[in-house]
Amino acid sequence: MASGRQVVGEKNRTTAIVPLRVTSADDAEEIDDPRLSDVDEWGRSERTRALARAIYDPLYTKWFRAEWEGLEKIPAAGGALLVANHAGAIPSDAPVIMHGIEKELGRPIYGLADYFFRSVPVVGTLWARSGGVSARPANAYRLLKEQNQLALVFPEGTKGPSKSYTDRYQLRRFGRGGFVEIAMRAGVPVIPIAVVGSEEAMPVLFRLPTLAKALGVPYVPVTANLLAMGPLGVILPFPAKFKLRVLDPVRFDVPPDQDRYSKSRIMEESEGIRTQLQEAVYDMLRDRRSVWFG
Amino acid sequence: MSYRVLVTGADTFWGGRMIQALENDPSIDVILGIGTHAPSVPFERAEFVRSDQNYSILNRIVKATQVDTILHTFMITNSATVPRRAMHEINVIGTMNLLAAAGAAGSSVRHIVVKSSTLVYGSAASDPNTFQEDTVRTSPVRNSVERALVEAEGLVRDFSEDNPATKVTVLRFANVLGTHLTTPISRNLARPVCPAIFGFDPLLQFLEEDDVVRALVHVTRGGIPGLYNVAGDGRLPWSEVASICGTRLIPVSPFSPLKIRPLGRVFDLPAELEDLLRYGRGVDTRRFASTGFTYTSTSAGAVRKFIRSVRLRRQSGRTPASYTYEHDVEQFFRHSPSIVGTGDV
Repeated sequence: MASGRQVVGEKNRTTAIVPLRVTSADDAEEIDDPRLSDVDEWGRSERTRALARAIYDPLYTKWFRAEWEGLEKIPAAGGALLVANHAGAIPSDAPVIMHGIEKELGRPIYGLADYFFRSVPVVGTLWARSGGVSARPANAYRLLKEQNQLALVFPEGTKGPSKSYTDRYQLRRFGRGGFVEIAMRAGVPVIPIAVVGSEEAMPVLFRLPTLAKALGVPYVPVTANLLAMGPLGVILPFPAKFKLRVLDPVRFDVPPDQDRYSKSRIMEESEGIRTQLQEAVYDMLRDRRSVWFG
Repeated sequence: MSYRVLVTGADTFWGGRMIQALENDPSIDVILGIGTHAPSVPFERAEFVRSDQNYSILNRIVKATQVDTILHTFMITNSATVPRRAMHEINVIGTMNLLAAAGAAGSSVRHIVVKSSTLVYGSAASDPNTFQEDTVRTSPVRNSVERALVEAEGLVRDFSEDNPATKVTVLRFANVLGTHLTTPISRNLARPVCPAIFGFDPLLQFLEEDDVVRALVHVTRGGIPGLYNVAGDGRLPWSEVASICGTRLIPVSPFSPLKIRPLGRVFDLPAELEDLLRYGRGVDTRRFASTGFTYTSTSAGAVRKFIRSVRLRRQSGRTPASYTYEHDVEQFFRHSPSIVGTGDV
């Protein structure tokens, strides 16, 4: 028992007595916290992220040759919810955006995705260590409002990457507009990012719904990569040129922390952001001369 | 203000420690311990009454002693210690009878403190990162200990709605580690090898055993009502817990619980740990901190304190002194007219 602590009733007894230290808020001394790793409460580890960035950087710079436009619209501090269009069987847009923002802006970003990933051994752990968080409203609120972080979400969900190549660059429905509601509640802007290149990186030819059901996964795609490269095509995307355009932040003129927000307003804003993204994608496609060289 | 306190589970680890802690508080006049077996630690001035596990005599005790505070520590949070049936009897029927006695007409009880566990939130992939006190669990109840605790808490909630004049406190404690307590987690961590579910490295929160007692004393003395999560600051991955403890993780198959069951016996893995070792659990402790409580250890600090005590025990060969309760001796010291001093040797 450390000296100097005020212990109530000190007597020798056969068993140790709990030191009922009388504490006040003022003398809150620094208590010992012998952590060994840098894993945060989300499971993200900056060391793992740095390693992942080192491995991914050649893919980002040499393979996809990612090119950003309007990066300055993403704030250097404070919470913001980034939303983007989502495509490609194993979507490359998520790592490209996360890598790009951490590399160019030097601030961490958390990627929100279906909690299904958490239940996959190894993948779930790696996903969490590299900044993946399950897309629950409570999680997004905690990240954006209480911790002032950047979070990335794909409002199309699995409907985006599971669509076939014939539907390329046709944005799916934006869920039920949950991302707008969370941004309103957290009082942060939504920043749309239009991505071009992800569709061609891993085009979905068709899906195997029966197999997906049997495996308990959202979808099982048969990709062009698989046909062209065999087993390697499961993980290796085609070197499509990636272009990303950050659109103007959308701010909602509503007070934060309300219990409820107008559903019609939410749907209207959500549809508005979807239209903006769709327009931006079309605009970028109009300027694109080659899938591979931009 | 003076108190007359009744502590349930006086024969258990937590009940015994609570009574010892309360005995040091001169503002508490009367301490009564009830339990099914003889107490395992000596009490100085607390009276011990033996009862069956669902407290059929509690009504009479409460009436006769006019206690104003009940400290309900006898809640099983570890399914390995008792059979399934007994767990229901203790957690659900025991709590029900206790509340019935406390809520009887003309009852003297003004404050009930219940020791619960963060097990009531469960552990699943669909969980939020952090459970607030009012977050409802996302997964159905999957094992007997969680079911018993959820049911018992439901009874407590009903009681507090029906008896607004009685203060009700429920503390949900995270996994506890400490110098004296033995749990399936502590047994695993004290061994040279320790199970992990392959491909999962969940984030866990721990609480030092002294902080459990301090938290219960804090709400009892302060008369603080409400529902609170109690857990040390910070969360750490299971792999980090293992490396602080210097134990090697042995991965077991993640795919079939059937494959884990036999291993469960080897490794001491009760059902409630299987999900925890997959998905972990995080709770928000800000509400309890706002009542003025401060912890002596963080999560990582609790793990280190625990393993240091294990190392000391291992190397010095010292085990805690044991104590045998002798009814006649205790009665003699408390009630004989010949006693003039405290009887301390």
